[in-house]
Amino acid sequence: MSTEARKPPPQIALKIRRILGGKAGWNGVAVQLAFAAILGWIGYEIVSNARANLENQHIAAGFGFLRNNAGFDVNQTLISYTGSDTFLRVFVVGLLNTLVVSVVGIVFATLIGFIVALCRLSPNWLLSRVGEIYVEIIRNLPVLFQILFWYLAVLAALPNPRQSISLLGIAFISNRGLVIPSPIGGSGLAPFLVVLAFGIVAALALRFHARRALFQRGQVIRIWPYVLGLLVGLPLATMLVFGLPFTFELPQLKGFNFAGGSRIIPEFVALTLALSTYTAAFIAEIVRAGILSVHKGQMEAGASLGLSRGATLRLVVVPQAMRVIVPPLTNQYLNLTKNSSLAVAIGYPDLVSVFAGTSLSQTGQAIEIIAMTMGIYLLISLLTSAIMSVYGWRVSRSLGA
Amino acid sequence: MNDIASSSFVRRDLLAERPAPVKTTGFVGLMRTRLFNSPTNILLTVLGALLLWFTIVPSVRFLMVDAVWSGKDRAACLTENVGFAVGACWPYIQAKLPQLIYGFYPEAERWRVNLTFVLAVVLLVPLLVPRLPAKGLNASLFFVAFPVVAFFLLHGGGIKGFGLSWTAGLLELFDDSIIGAGQALLDLSKTSAVGPLLWVVGNFVVLIGTAIHWLILPLTWLRDQIQAAGQSVWADFAVTAVIVSLIAFGLGGGLRTGWRALASSIVAFVAIAAVIKLMGLDSGGLPVVATNLWGGLLVTLVVSVTGIVTSLPIGIALALGRRSTIPLIRIFSIAFIEFWRGVPLITVLFFATYMLPLFLPGNFTVDGLVRALIGIALFTGAYQAENVRGGLAAIQRGQGEAAAALGLSWWKTTSLIVLPQALRHVIPNLVNSFISLFKDTSLVSIVALFDLLGSLRASFSDPKWSTPSTAFTGFAFAGIIYFIFCFGMSRYSLFVEHRLNAHRRN
Repeated sequence: MSTEARKPPPQIALKIRRILGGKAGWNGVAVQLAFAAILGWIGYEIVSNARANLENQHIAAGFGFLRNNAGFDVNQTLISYTGSDTFLRVFVVGLLNTLVVSVVGIVFATLIGFIVALCRLSPNWLLSRVGEIYVEIIRNLPVLFQILFWYLAVLAALPNPRQSISLLGIAFISNRGLVIPSPIGGSGLAPFLVVLAFGIVAALALRFHARRALFQRGQVIRIWPYVLGLLVGLPLATMLVFGLPFTFELPQLKGFNFAGGSRIIPEFVALTLALSTYTAAFIAEIVRAGILSVHKGQMEAGASLGLSRGATLRLVVVPQAMRVIVPPLTNQYLNLTKNSSLAVAIGYPDLVSVFAGTSLSQTGQAIEIIAMTMGIYLLISLLTSAIMSVYGWRVSRSLGA
Repeated sequence: MNDIASSSFVRRDLLAERPAPVKTTGFVGLMRTRLFNSPTNILLTVLGALLLWFTIVPSVRFLMVDAVWSGKDRAACLTENVGFAVGACWPYIQAKLPQLIYGFYPEAERWRVNLTFVLAVVLLVPLLVPRLPAKGLNASLFFVAFPVVAFFLLHGGGIKGFGLSWTAGLLELFDDSIIGAGQALLDLSKTSAVGPLLWVVGNFVVLIGTAIHWLILPLTWLRDQIQAAGQSVWADFAVTAVIVSLIAFGLGGGLRTGWRALASSIVAFVAIAAVIKLMGLDSGGLPVVATNLWGGLLVTLVVSVTGIVTSLPIGIALALGRRSTIPLIRIFSIAFIEFWRGVPLITVLFFATYMLPLFLPGNFTVDGLVRALIGIALFTGAYQAENVRGGLAAIQRGQGEAAAALGLSWWKTTSLIVLPQALRHVIPNLVNSFISLFKDTSLVSIVALFDLLGSLRASFSDPKWSTPSTAFTGFAFAGIIYFIFCFGMSRYSLFVEHRLNAHRRN
């Protein structure tokens, strides 16, 4: 005769209490009600005050102003824009400018950051000290200070376009910005791009195939000669057949300024320089910490398996270091994007500068404009953190944790 | 035995001395092992030396060798007058130093700023040295008493009432707003589709407002009596002191254990009275210096110290809220933290400058500096919350369970067991946040406040000192100040971290 285990009582009241009030039970519910009442009261106060204030200032609330003409010019635009375009277009122009300075800054920051990290990790005493000095000085100065330093001191001290500094005769730096040759599409552009795209796709497929062969059959396939041929040889061959894909128009000094070439405004140069060198100092520390976090035994284990030093680094150390490096690295990328809003201090036409600055002072629609600006940045950072949590989940799954 | 003896070999003369091992310590050793041990390393060393040569030598030349040390205006720093390529123009800094430190603070009143700086140092240094005693008293002086004293020192002005008047005034404002909300609902109920429901809710809200009105009547009545009697500050002070001391006595355990709380409350009120008397707050206080006259390093320090002092309680509250099991509070804390962490500080400052005034009642204006301070406090508070949360997560469950086993309430567990340990864990992170806060204060120059960087920028436009090297000199000076503060704080955070991990070192 077996006695069946009694079912636990359903305890529905207890569960409801737990869901509604947490561990604190009915006290928690009471606290929540009081809290909700306070929040509601604050919200009511804000709304009623904002209404009264807007009425006093004769400002119509709502997003209708976005369709009005902006009536001011922006000195760097990626899409066509004139003063008679709408505020919505100003918003897009500013957003694109923010994104372009962020992307360029991120590329340079990563490059400089990895170089400085390698310097700091170098067995060479002098070089590691140089890296350390760089990191300490850059990290302990405000980023706005550095932006203003580059803009007001360094770039302003450069000579005027007539005496500009020439970089190998193709690019010129002056206090009016950086002038670089601009590419002009030639006859061979279309086939060149097609072949290049094909080469990239084929190289990726080859790599996929090689990895599958390695993981499933243990077969090592050497693919780099083919990849090189696909990525470099094939485009070169097309160039020989169809002619040059594009020619460069060199800037020429005419009168007081340059004609031809594309001009990069000094604000952009200063902002990119400051943001990338500043963020690079933080990236360098992250990379260094990541590589140091891999235990020394991993390197030794790789060596005892007969792997070369390069192969050990590539296959054993770097993948483990990346796990530590990537999350804070994305954080730094995000910081750089957010710091690009300091453009407003030097007048680079980014989102904050043209939208939350100029448009705000022209229309007076403070609530809508600042909400939109904050919303965009919030969206970017929430997207990034969502991607990061997926990444973290994948990494922890692949490690079997 | 004999076999061994016969086959053994006994050396009769000493071996020749082996050469000493290569020296690997000291400067020569360093050169040998870390600088010149391989061709690549030699190349890298040369590279590093070149880098240093091309950065340090010009900097030293600029700052010291080629610098001009005295003069009256820009003529002293021009190459054609001096005869060599001029480096730093230090007389410019000398001329602008008051502006860079005090802004436009009136010259006759600058002793107040200096006194505040001295007070801050006197209170801060003992707080930072771990070996010194009375941390609790010291911390409460620095975090609570000092900001108030500093406000009256820097801003000036006196007080009209004290705790009782303020509480009564605040409660009255709150009550009026509730009744106003109820009236608005009642008005709305006449036209709305869900009129009856709104009518019920509106009446309920008005009822609550009226109840509160009767509840606070003794307070407001007392305040009116005191206001009518003249000498309002001291009468109000006395009443507040009595009430607060009695409450402390009651909460401290009444006749049984409340004497200690009573004594400390009385001591605190005596100290407050002494400060009020000393600074003459009851009779108008020091002359008012409006905040738009403040500037330079003063604003930088005021903003960062206020940010540090206010962000910590906000951060602790948010971190506890985020770990709470009560759904609404947790959701609110998460949303609040993620919102402020997701937006750049400059948009927060824009928010505080342009949007906040719209949210406040029309007759209520907020000073520009205070607006920026509110924005910075909220922003930094969200970051501090994440730091504190890290510390809370590091405390083992057993601590809380042990406290529960002793019968401590949630508040006692948190304030006596969990928080002290958690905060101690995260001191380095908190200090690192303070470093970034200190650096970020420079952003207030964008919303028309003249901090160190803003004053520096303003001083560039002075034609009296415009020379080619003015900008570089100014940046060198401000850079040195920023660097000293930030580097000092980062070394301190390293020191604390080292101390905290002392038991883990091997």
